[in-house]
Amino acid sequence: MTLEIRLSHSLPGFRLEVDLTAPPGLTCLFGRSGSGKTTVINAVAGLLRPDRAEILLDNEPLHHLPPHRRRIGYVFQDARLFPHLTVRGNLGYAARIRRRRPPGFDRIVALLGLAALLDRRPGALSGGERQRVAIGRALLSEPRLILMDEPLAALDEARKAEILPYIETLRDELALPILYVSHSLPEVARLATTIAVIEAGHLVAQGPAADLLSDPQIAPVLGLGDAGAILTARIAAHEGDGLSRLELAAGPLRLPLWLPRVLGAPGQTLRLRIAAQDVILSLSRPEGLSALNILPARVSALHLGSGPGALVRLDLGGQHLLARVTRRSAEALALAPGQPVFAIVKSVAVARDSVGHAVTP
Amino acid sequence: MFDGLSPAETQALLLSLRVSFWATLTSLPLGLLAAHALARWRFPGHGLLNLIVHLPLILPPVVTGYLLLLSFGRQGWAGAALWDWFGFTFAFRWTGAALAAAVMAFPLLVRAIRLALEAVDPRLEEAAATLGASRGMVYLTVTLPLILPGLLAGAVLAFAKAMGEFGATITFVANIPGETQTLPTAIYSFLQVPGGDAGALRLVLVSVAIATLALALSEWLSRRIAARIAGR
Repeated sequence: MTLEIRLSHSLPGFRLEVDLTAPPGLTCLFGRSGSGKTTVINAVAGLLRPDRAEILLDNEPLHHLPPHRRRIGYVFQDARLFPHLTVRGNLGYAARIRRRRPPGFDRIVALLGLAALLDRRPGALSGGERQRVAIGRALLSEPRLILMDEPLAALDEARKAEILPYIETLRDELALPILYVSHSLPEVARLATTIAVIEAGHLVAQGPAADLLSDPQIAPVLGLGDAGAILTARIAAHEGDGLSRLELAAGPLRLPLWLPRVLGAPGQTLRLRIAAQDVILSLSRPEGLSALNILPARVSALHLGSGPGALVRLDLGGQHLLARVTRRSAEALALAPGQPVFAIVKSVAVARDSVGHAVTP
Repeated sequence: MFDGLSPAETQALLLSLRVSFWATLTSLPLGLLAAHALARWRFPGHGLLNLIVHLPLILPPVVTGYLLLLSFGRQGWAGAALWDWFGFTFAFRWTGAALAAAVMAFPLLVRAIRLALEAVDPRLEEAAATLGASRGMVYLTVTLPLILPGLLAGAVLAFAKAMGEFGATITFVANIPGETQTLPTAIYSFLQVPGGDAGALRLVLVSVAIATLALALSEWLSRRIAARIAGR
């Protein structure tokens, strides 16, 4: 299922002009607040009538339908559970409207861990629980498309960590396109299969997450502080000293990667976000270094900013890393595309929340 | 029927209950519509509608009664038409007492429903729409259940107000025992005759009891709406 969105909408002092294609998987609409993300998602849901809209789901037009005929599961930032209904009543709402039994009720309840909450009222739920119920309620409306408007923004870090795996599961197990609005780059890096970057009402970039996140031209747009590429690696073993050994497929090579103990069984594939500022470059293989991960790579692109920094994209035989170094170092090492280097990544630099489940192809 | 009440007093009480019941029931749909228009719609004449709805609260009741007489009396523009077309009249009938009571109670009803409606988060209605509910369904399954306690509180208050209505009723439909003599007009009549004090006092006690009960019920329902909106 592919979603195509073509919109134009004028608001006082703001013009939105978007042409976006969301392939299967999770498409992150990324941008600062006020960039028009929510306007786009509300137009897809039909809650907002743009001046001009063409919204096609597998070539089938949605834009002329009222919201209740679009069959879209919308997860709002503020959950919006019906306060007069119990959790069970909220989950069964769409089915009751359509006068049919909720399809897969038990499966969704199990998937989102809602069994213990069913008879509670929304007022008695924590923020994370509320958001899980909201996700379940949207899924049980038999949607053809899921919209999520910053579903984690109102939650603290612990609650976010609680919900993220559920969203990964949805992305990997449902055959539905998910349009996910966010302004948090770590969240995007962990969840997105596709990224669309919106700035002041216009799309400035869109493409596969791994390509966009490792693109040194795009990284400044996304936010330098959080810049970082994503790698896919397989868990090889959990070592006795509290580290996990992962294998990174780099062309014909299997590069070892040591991280503090990750969740998951050996054999499982993980997605890792390596922050650009945690990568050190060396022209020769360093000796006597405490860092465990020394990865042979090749410079594939270089972006010198206007400030003191430079972004370097590294090719690891098909996978990409992004390194943020100073201009001075880049010049001292005479970095240029094609040049072989060693990328050094401290094991402890990979934060636990940067490790997620990989998209199963 | 009621211990301690004379047949005339019982008749006045029962008539008042009937008048108030029908006044409340028939003004509910209109009250809901007016409250919805005032709370949710922006249109030219919004302020005028607000004024008209609240007018009976501010006008001297005798003026409201006189205006009703001018419009719905047998010679009134609306009253004459009703009589010519349907052979129906409000004049000097208990239905006229119900109309007067409904008009006088209307502001209270609308205010209560409007407050309840304004407390409903329209974003919940949007959420219902994305889950497949048409506008009518959203109203039935989200809006109405959420304002129900407010609606009932308004109805109880309107009922109590209707039970006590005096000025507009006596001006519009006079004070005919068995037809338009409600509790307050009966008390008034008792006080006009020598030795009527005892009967008046009994009806006063009944009125006080009904008003107290209604106020308590309305308060309780208002607290329910707060709990409902919070989802507890």
